[in-house]
Amino acid sequence: MSRRVDLTVCPNGPLLIRGDIGVRAPDGEVHRTERPVSAVCRCGKSASLPWCDATHQAIRTPFDDEGDSHE
Amino acid sequence: MPSAVITGSGSTTSTLPQPRGDLSAATVAALTGALPWDRVPRVSPSSDEDGLLTAWIAHELHHRGFAEAQDKEWTPELIAVRMRVERDLEARLRERAVGNLPESADPDVLLEFVRADEGRSLAAHVQRSATAEQVRELLWFRSIYHLKEADPTAWTVPRLPAQSRAALAELQYDEYGGGRPERLHAHLFAEGMRAMGLDAREGAAIDDVPVEVLEMNVTLTMFGLQRRLRGAAVGHLVAFEASSSGPSRRMARGLRRLGFPEEVAAYYDEHVEADAVHEQTAARFIAGALVEAEPHLAEDVAFGVFTCLDQESRFAEAMFDRWGL
Repeated sequence: MSRRVDLTVCPNGPLLIRGDIGVRAPDGEVHRTERPVSAVCRCGKSASLPWCDATHQAIRTPFDDEGDSHE
Repeated sequence: MPSAVITGSGSTTSTLPQPRGDLSAATVAALTGALPWDRVPRVSPSSDEDGLLTAWIAHELHHRGFAEAQDKEWTPELIAVRMRVERDLEARLRERAVGNLPESADPDVLLEFVRADEGRSLAAHVQRSATAEQVRELLWFRSIYHLKEADPTAWTVPRLPAQSRAALAELQYDEYGGGRPERLHAHLFAEGMRAMGLDAREGAAIDDVPVEVLEMNVTLTMFGLQRRLRGAAVGHLVAFEASSSGPSRRMARGLRRLGFPEEVAAYYDEHVEADAVHEQTAARFIAGALVEAEPHLAEDVAFGVFTCLDQESRFAEAMFDRWGL
Protein backbone atom coordinates (compact mmCIF):
# COMPACT_ATOMS: atom_id res chain seq x y z
CA MET A 1 0.00 0.00 0.00
CA SER A 2 1.45 3.32 -1.10
CA ARG A 3 1.80 5.86 1.67
CA ARG A 4 1.85 8.74 -0.80
CA VAL A 5 -0.89 11.30 -0.32
CA ASP A 6 -2.15 13.45 -3.22
CA LEU A 7 -4.17 16.62 -2.71
CA THR A 8 -6.44 18.37 -5.21
CA VAL A 9 -8.02 21.76 -4.56
CA CYS A 10 -11.46 21.94 -6.24
CA PRO A 11 -12.49 25.47 -7.29
CA ASN A 12 -15.32 26.53 -4.96
CA GLY A 13 -15.32 23.02 -3.61
CA PRO A 14 -13.51 20.76 -1.17
CA LEU A 15 -9.91 19.66 -0.81
CA LEU A 16 -9.67 16.15 -2.20
CA ILE A 17 -7.29 13.78 -0.48
CA ARG A 18 -6.20 10.52 -2.05
CA GLY A 19 -4.56 8.47 0.67
CA ASP A 20 -4.99 7.46 4.28
CA ILE A 21 -4.83 10.42 6.65
CA GLY A 22 -6.23 11.71 9.90
CA VAL A 23 -7.69 15.20 10.27
CA ARG A 24 -7.30 16.65 13.76
CA ALA A 25 -10.29 18.84 14.60
CA PRO A 26 -10.03 21.91 16.88
CA ASP A 27 -11.40 19.82 19.76
CA GLY A 28 -8.49 17.40 19.36
CA GLU A 29 -10.50 14.54 17.88
CA VAL A 30 -8.78 12.84 14.94
CA HIS A 31 -11.08 11.94 12.05
CA ARG A 32 -9.54 9.23 9.86
CA THR A 33 -10.31 8.81 6.18
CA GLU A 34 -12.33 5.70 5.41
CA ARG A 35 -12.46 5.75 1.61
CA PRO A 36 -9.95 5.85 -1.27
CA VAL A 37 -10.54 9.59 -1.75
CA SER A 38 -11.90 11.91 0.91
CA ALA A 39 -13.12 15.51 0.65
CA VAL A 40 -12.25 18.01 3.38
CA CYS A 41 -14.65 20.94 3.68
CA ARG A 42 -13.21 24.32 2.66
CA CYS A 43 -16.34 26.47 2.94
CA GLY A 44 -16.72 25.78 6.67
CA LYS A 45 -20.48 25.20 6.38
CA SER A 46 -20.57 21.41 6.20
CA ALA A 47 -22.78 19.58 8.68
CA SER A 48 -20.21 16.74 8.65
CA LEU A 49 -17.02 18.65 9.47
CA PRO A 50 -14.22 18.12 8.77
CA TRP A 51 -15.63 16.36 5.70
CA CYS A 52 -17.42 18.01 2.78
CA ASP A 53 -21.17 17.34 2.46
CA ALA A 54 -21.64 19.48 -0.68
CA THR A 55 -23.24 22.33 1.27
CA HIS A 56 -20.98 24.68 -0.73
CA GLN A 57 -23.37 24.10 -3.66
CA ALA A 58 -26.20 25.70 -1.74
CA ILE A 59 -24.39 28.60 -0.12
CA ARG A 60 -22.72 29.83 -3.30
CA THR A 61 -20.10 31.89 -1.56
CA PRO A 62 -17.02 31.89 -3.77
CA PHE A 63 -14.00 31.07 -1.66
CA ASP A 64 -11.43 30.21 -4.26
CA ASP A 65 -10.86 31.32 -7.83
CA GLU A 66 -7.51 29.66 -8.31
CA GLY A 67 -8.23 25.96 -8.15
CA ASP A 68 -5.04 24.01 -8.64
CA SER A 69 -4.30 20.35 -8.93
CA HIS A 70 -0.97 18.73 -8.18
CA GLU A 71 0.29 15.19 -7.72
CA MET B 1 -46.85 -2.98 -1.65
CA PRO B 2 -45.20 -6.17 -0.45
CA SER B 3 -45.79 -7.61 2.97
CA ALA B 4 -43.23 -10.43 2.84
CA VAL B 5 -40.46 -10.17 5.40
CA ILE B 6 -37.22 -11.55 4.08
CA THR B 7 -34.88 -13.04 6.63
CA GLY B 8 -31.23 -13.99 6.21
CA SER B 9 -29.42 -13.15 3.03
CA GLY B 10 -32.31 -14.15 0.76
CA SER B 11 -32.08 -14.97 -2.89
CA THR B 12 -30.51 -12.48 -5.25
CA THR B 13 -32.05 -14.09 -8.31
CA SER B 14 -35.11 -12.25 -9.56
CA THR B 15 -38.34 -13.70 -10.84
CA LEU B 16 -39.63 -12.73 -14.28
CA PRO B 17 -41.96 -9.71 -14.27
CA GLN B 18 -45.59 -9.53 -15.32
CA PRO B 19 -45.74 -8.52 -19.01
CA ARG B 20 -46.95 -5.00 -19.88
CA GLY B 21 -47.82 -5.64 -23.54
CA ASP B 22 -47.26 -7.93 -26.54
CA LEU B 23 -43.46 -7.74 -26.72
CA SER B 24 -42.75 -8.33 -23.04
CA ALA B 25 -45.38 -11.12 -23.05
CA ALA B 26 -43.68 -12.82 -26.01
CA THR B 27 -40.26 -12.39 -24.38
CA VAL B 28 -41.37 -13.88 -21.07
CA ALA B 29 -43.04 -16.75 -22.96
CA ALA B 30 -39.87 -17.46 -24.94
CA LEU B 31 -37.71 -17.30 -21.81
CA THR B 32 -39.87 -19.92 -20.14
CA GLY B 33 -39.97 -22.15 -23.24
CA ALA B 34 -43.62 -21.47 -24.09
CA LEU B 35 -42.88 -19.69 -27.41
CA PRO B 36 -40.17 -20.32 -30.05
CA TRP B 37 -37.57 -17.54 -30.02
CA ASP B 38 -37.87 -16.84 -33.77
CA ARG B 39 -41.40 -15.52 -33.18
CA VAL B 40 -40.28 -12.81 -30.76
CA PRO B 41 -38.55 -10.35 -33.14
CA ARG B 42 -41.73 -10.20 -35.26
CA VAL B 43 -43.71 -8.77 -32.33
CA SER B 44 -43.98 -4.99 -32.05
CA PRO B 45 -44.02 -3.32 -28.64
CA SER B 46 -47.55 -2.32 -27.58
CA SER B 47 -46.16 0.86 -25.99
CA ASP B 48 -42.93 2.50 -24.86
CA GLU B 49 -43.54 0.90 -21.47
CA ASP B 50 -43.82 -2.57 -23.04
CA GLY B 51 -40.57 -2.06 -24.93
CA LEU B 52 -38.77 -0.73 -21.87
CA LEU B 53 -39.84 -3.68 -19.74
CA THR B 54 -38.57 -6.02 -22.47
CA ALA B 55 -35.20 -4.25 -22.49
CA TRP B 56 -35.12 -4.36 -18.69
CA ILE B 57 -35.61 -8.15 -18.80
CA ALA B 58 -32.83 -8.47 -21.41
CA HIS B 59 -30.53 -6.29 -19.30
CA GLU B 60 -31.23 -8.25 -16.13
CA LEU B 61 -29.97 -11.39 -17.85
CA HIS B 62 -26.58 -9.62 -17.97
CA HIS B 63 -26.80 -8.74 -14.27
CA ARG B 64 -28.28 -11.41 -11.94
CA GLY B 65 -30.51 -13.45 -14.24
CA PHE B 66 -33.88 -14.95 -13.42
CA ALA B 67 -34.65 -18.11 -11.49
CA GLU B 68 -36.79 -19.40 -14.38
CA ALA B 69 -34.45 -18.38 -17.21
CA GLN B 70 -30.81 -19.29 -16.78
CA ASP B 71 -28.19 -18.97 -19.52
CA LYS B 72 -30.39 -16.98 -21.93
CA GLU B 73 -28.08 -13.95 -21.76
CA TRP B 74 -26.86 -14.07 -25.37
CA THR B 75 -30.00 -15.31 -27.16
CA PRO B 76 -29.62 -13.62 -30.59
CA GLU B 77 -33.34 -12.87 -31.02
CA LEU B 78 -33.47 -11.20 -27.63
CA ILE B 79 -30.36 -9.14 -28.38
CA ALA B 80 -32.00 -8.02 -31.64
CA VAL B 81 -35.22 -7.02 -29.88
CA ARG B 82 -33.32 -5.22 -27.14
CA MET B 83 -31.26 -3.26 -29.67
CA ARG B 84 -34.44 -2.14 -31.42
CA VAL B 85 -35.92 -0.88 -28.15
CA GLU B 86 -32.64 0.83 -27.26
CA ARG B 87 -32.50 2.61 -30.63
CA ASP B 88 -36.01 3.99 -30.09
CA LEU B 89 -35.20 4.99 -26.51
CA GLU B 90 -31.99 6.74 -27.49
CA ALA B 91 -33.85 8.67 -30.21
CA ARG B 92 -36.43 9.87 -27.67
CA LEU B 93 -33.74 10.88 -25.18
CA ARG B 94 -31.73 12.78 -27.80
CA GLU B 95 -34.87 14.57 -28.92
CA ARG B 96 -35.54 15.75 -25.36
CA ALA B 97 -31.99 17.00 -25.05
CA VAL B 98 -32.08 19.25 -28.13
CA GLY B 99 -31.40 22.83 -27.03
CA ASN B 100 -31.13 21.80 -23.36
CA LEU B 101 -27.52 20.64 -23.01
CA PRO B 102 -24.83 22.15 -20.76
CA GLU B 103 -22.79 24.51 -22.91
CA SER B 104 -19.62 22.43 -22.57
CA ALA B 105 -18.25 19.39 -20.77
CA ASP B 106 -15.90 21.48 -18.64
CA PRO B 107 -16.13 20.03 -15.09
CA ASP B 108 -17.18 23.32 -13.49
CA VAL B 109 -19.78 23.93 -16.19
CA LEU B 110 -21.25 20.47 -15.60
CA LEU B 111 -21.33 20.89 -11.81
CA GLU B 112 -22.95 24.32 -12.15
CA PHE B 113 -25.53 22.89 -14.60
CA VAL B 114 -26.51 20.27 -12.02
CA ARG B 115 -26.58 22.82 -9.21
CA ALA B 116 -28.84 25.13 -11.21
CA ASP B 117 -31.41 22.38 -11.87
CA GLU B 118 -34.73 23.63 -10.53
CA GLY B 119 -36.88 20.52 -10.67
CA ARG B 120 -39.14 19.68 -7.69
CA SER B 121 -37.22 17.61 -5.20
CA LEU B 122 -38.51 14.33 -3.80
CA ALA B 123 -35.85 14.51 -1.09
CA ALA B 124 -37.07 17.93 0.08
CA HIS B 125 -40.60 16.52 0.27
CA VAL B 126 -39.36 13.54 2.29
CA GLN B 127 -37.44 15.81 4.63
CA ARG B 128 -40.35 18.11 5.41
CA SER B 129 -43.76 16.62 4.78
CA ALA B 130 -43.97 13.18 3.15
CA THR B 131 -46.07 10.52 4.86
CA ALA B 132 -44.53 7.21 5.88
CA GLU B 133 -46.57 5.46 3.19
CA GLN B 134 -45.21 7.82 0.50
CA VAL B 135 -41.64 7.22 1.65
CA ARG B 136 -42.12 3.43 1.66
CA GLU B 137 -43.42 3.63 -1.89
CA LEU B 138 -40.54 5.85 -2.99
CA LEU B 139 -37.93 3.48 -1.50
CA TRP B 140 -39.72 0.49 -3.04
CA PHE B 141 -39.49 2.08 -6.50
CA ARG B 142 -35.90 3.25 -5.97
CA SER B 143 -34.94 -0.32 -5.02
CA ILE B 144 -34.85 -1.35 -8.67
CA TYR B 145 -31.67 0.70 -8.96
CA HIS B 146 -30.31 0.79 -5.41
CA LEU B 147 -30.20 -3.02 -5.08
CA LYS B 148 -27.79 -3.11 -8.02
CA GLU B 149 -26.25 0.26 -7.32
CA ALA B 150 -23.09 0.99 -9.35
CA ASP B 151 -23.42 -2.25 -11.34
CA PRO B 152 -24.54 -0.64 -14.64
CA THR B 153 -21.62 1.79 -14.39
CA ALA B 154 -19.20 -1.11 -14.02
CA TRP B 155 -19.73 -1.95 -17.72
CA THR B 156 -18.16 1.40 -18.57
CA VAL B 157 -14.84 0.80 -16.81
CA PRO B 158 -12.98 -1.12 -19.57
CA ARG B 159 -14.23 1.33 -22.23
CA LEU B 160 -12.38 4.39 -20.93
CA PRO B 161 -8.86 5.72 -21.53
CA ALA B 162 -6.31 5.14 -18.78
CA GLN B 163 -6.73 8.21 -16.58
CA SER B 164 -10.52 8.16 -16.43
CA ARG B 165 -10.56 4.36 -16.14
CA ALA B 166 -8.36 4.53 -13.04
CA ALA B 167 -10.57 7.25 -11.54
CA LEU B 168 -13.79 5.33 -12.27
CA ALA B 169 -12.32 2.14 -10.79
CA GLU B 170 -11.49 4.12 -7.65
CA LEU B 171 -15.04 5.49 -7.44
CA GLN B 172 -16.53 2.03 -8.02
CA TYR B 173 -14.26 0.57 -5.33
CA ASP B 174 -15.87 2.99 -2.89
CA GLU B 175 -19.39 2.11 -4.16
CA TYR B 176 -18.56 -1.55 -3.62
CA GLY B 177 -17.53 -0.98 -0.01
CA GLY B 178 -13.75 -0.53 -0.33
CA GLY B 179 -13.17 -4.24 0.17
CA ARG B 180 -15.69 -4.52 3.02
CA PRO B 181 -18.86 -6.25 1.87
CA GLU B 182 -20.85 -4.80 4.74
CA ARG B 183 -20.13 -1.31 3.33
CA LEU B 184 -21.23 -2.15 -0.24
CA HIS B 185 -23.88 0.43 -1.10
CA ALA B 186 -26.37 -2.05 -2.60
CA HIS B 187 -25.98 -4.15 0.53
CA LEU B 188 -26.62 -1.13 2.78
CA PHE B 189 -29.86 -0.48 0.89
CA ALA B 190 -30.89 -4.13 1.17
CA GLU B 191 -30.26 -3.98 4.92
CA GLY B 192 -32.50 -0.93 5.12
CA MET B 193 -35.26 -2.64 3.14
CA ARG B 194 -35.12 -5.71 5.34
CA ALA B 195 -35.31 -3.54 8.46
CA MET B 196 -38.51 -2.06 6.99
CA GLY B 197 -39.94 -5.50 6.26
CA LEU B 198 -39.66 -5.02 2.48
CA ASP B 199 -38.64 -7.74 0.03
CA ALA B 200 -34.95 -7.02 -0.67
CA ARG B 201 -34.48 -9.44 -3.56
CA GLU B 202 -33.17 -7.62 -6.60
CA GLY B 203 -35.98 -6.62 -8.95
CA ALA B 204 -38.72 -7.58 -6.47
CA ALA B 205 -40.49 -4.25 -7.06
CA ILE B 206 -40.51 -4.46 -10.85
CA ASP B 207 -44.24 -5.20 -11.27
CA ASP B 208 -45.14 -2.08 -9.29
CA VAL B 209 -42.80 0.55 -10.74
CA PRO B 210 -44.04 3.26 -13.10
CA VAL B 211 -42.67 3.65 -16.62
CA GLU B 212 -40.33 6.43 -15.47
CA VAL B 213 -38.42 3.95 -13.30
CA LEU B 214 -38.17 1.46 -16.15
CA GLU B 215 -36.81 4.20 -18.40
CA MET B 216 -34.20 5.36 -15.87
CA ASN B 217 -32.90 1.85 -15.32
CA VAL B 218 -32.89 0.79 -18.96
CA THR B 219 -31.10 4.01 -19.90
CA LEU B 220 -28.37 3.46 -17.35
CA THR B 221 -27.65 -0.11 -18.43
CA MET B 222 -27.89 0.86 -22.11
CA PHE B 223 -25.26 3.58 -21.54
CA GLY B 224 -23.08 0.97 -19.86
CA LEU B 225 -23.49 -1.84 -22.35
CA GLN B 226 -22.98 0.17 -25.51
CA ARG B 227 -19.38 1.27 -25.90
CA ARG B 228 -20.51 3.96 -28.33
CA LEU B 229 -22.41 5.61 -25.46
CA ARG B 230 -19.52 5.69 -22.94
CA GLY B 231 -19.53 9.50 -22.97
CA ALA B 232 -23.21 9.52 -21.99
CA ALA B 233 -22.52 6.94 -19.27
CA VAL B 234 -19.86 9.19 -17.78
CA GLY B 235 -22.03 12.30 -18.05
CA HIS B 236 -24.89 10.47 -16.35
CA LEU B 237 -22.53 9.49 -13.54
CA VAL B 238 -21.45 13.10 -13.02
CA ALA B 239 -25.04 14.33 -12.73
CA PHE B 240 -26.09 11.40 -10.56
CA GLU B 241 -23.26 11.93 -8.07
CA ALA B 242 -23.51 15.72 -8.10
CA SER B 243 -27.24 15.60 -7.32
CA SER B 244 -26.92 13.09 -4.50
CA SER B 245 -25.11 14.52 -1.49
CA GLY B 246 -27.57 17.25 -0.43
CA PRO B 247 -30.68 15.17 -1.27
CA SER B 248 -29.23 12.23 0.70
CA ARG B 249 -28.85 14.49 3.74
CA ARG B 250 -32.49 15.56 3.35
CA MET B 251 -33.63 11.94 2.90
CA ALA B 252 -31.85 10.89 6.09
CA ARG B 253 -33.49 13.74 8.04
CA GLY B 254 -36.93 12.85 6.67
CA LEU B 255 -36.48 9.17 7.47
CA ARG B 256 -35.53 10.04 11.07
CA ARG B 257 -38.45 12.48 11.30
CA LEU B 258 -40.78 9.61 10.42
CA GLY B 259 -39.07 7.13 12.72
CA PHE B 260 -37.87 4.77 9.97
CA PRO B 261 -35.29 2.13 10.97
CA GLU B 262 -31.76 3.44 11.47
CA GLU B 263 -30.45 1.08 8.76
CA VAL B 264 -32.38 3.01 6.09
CA ALA B 265 -31.16 6.39 7.30
CA ALA B 266 -27.61 4.99 7.46
CA TYR B 267 -27.72 4.20 3.73
CA TYR B 268 -28.39 7.89 3.03
CA ASP B 269 -25.83 9.04 5.64
CA GLU B 270 -23.18 7.09 3.75
CA HIS B 271 -24.09 8.92 0.53
CA VAL B 272 -23.72 12.42 2.00
CA GLU B 273 -19.95 12.19 2.34
CA ALA B 274 -19.33 9.56 -0.34
CA ASP B 275 -21.07 11.54 -3.05
CA ALA B 276 -19.53 14.87 -2.01
CA VAL B 277 -16.29 13.15 -3.04
CA HIS B 278 -17.72 11.36 -6.08
CA GLU B 279 -19.20 14.50 -7.63
CA GLN B 280 -15.74 16.04 -7.73
CA THR B 281 -13.88 12.94 -8.92
CA ALA B 282 -16.57 12.12 -11.51
CA ALA B 283 -16.57 15.63 -12.99
CA ARG B 284 -12.81 16.27 -12.86
CA PHE B 285 -10.99 12.95 -13.06
CA ILE B 286 -13.46 10.76 -14.98
CA ALA B 287 -15.37 13.10 -17.31
CA GLY B 288 -12.64 15.72 -17.52
CA ALA B 289 -9.98 13.15 -18.41
CA LEU B 290 -12.27 11.39 -20.88
CA VAL B 291 -13.03 14.56 -22.80
CA GLU B 292 -9.37 15.51 -22.81
CA ALA B 293 -8.43 12.14 -24.32
CA GLU B 294 -11.46 11.89 -26.62
CA PRO B 295 -12.76 15.42 -27.29
CA HIS B 296 -15.43 14.17 -29.71
CA LEU B 297 -17.26 12.67 -26.69
CA ALA B 298 -17.89 16.07 -25.06
CA GLU B 299 -21.42 16.37 -26.44
CA ASP B 300 -22.35 12.87 -25.27
CA VAL B 301 -21.04 13.68 -21.79
CA ALA B 302 -23.34 16.73 -21.77
CA PHE B 303 -26.18 14.54 -23.11
CA GLY B 304 -25.67 12.09 -20.22
CA VAL B 305 -25.76 14.92 -17.68
CA PHE B 306 -29.00 16.31 -19.10
CA THR B 307 -30.64 12.90 -19.38
CA CYS B 308 -29.94 11.98 -15.76
CA LEU B 309 -31.48 15.21 -14.45
CA ASP B 310 -34.39 15.08 -16.89
CA GLN B 311 -35.31 11.53 -15.95
CA GLU B 312 -35.11 12.26 -12.23
CA SER B 313 -37.37 15.27 -12.79
CA ARG B 314 -39.89 13.16 -14.74
CA PHE B 315 -39.86 10.55 -12.00
CA ALA B 316 -40.38 13.22 -9.32
CA GLU B 317 -43.33 14.73 -11.22
CA ALA B 318 -44.86 11.26 -11.66
CA MET B 319 -44.61 10.64 -7.91
CA PHE B 320 -46.06 14.04 -6.98
CA ASP B 321 -48.94 13.38 -9.42
CA ARG B 322 -49.48 9.96 -7.90
CA TRP B 323 -49.70 11.52 -4.44
CA GLY B 324 -51.98 14.33 -5.64
CA LEU B 325 -49.36 17.00 -4.86
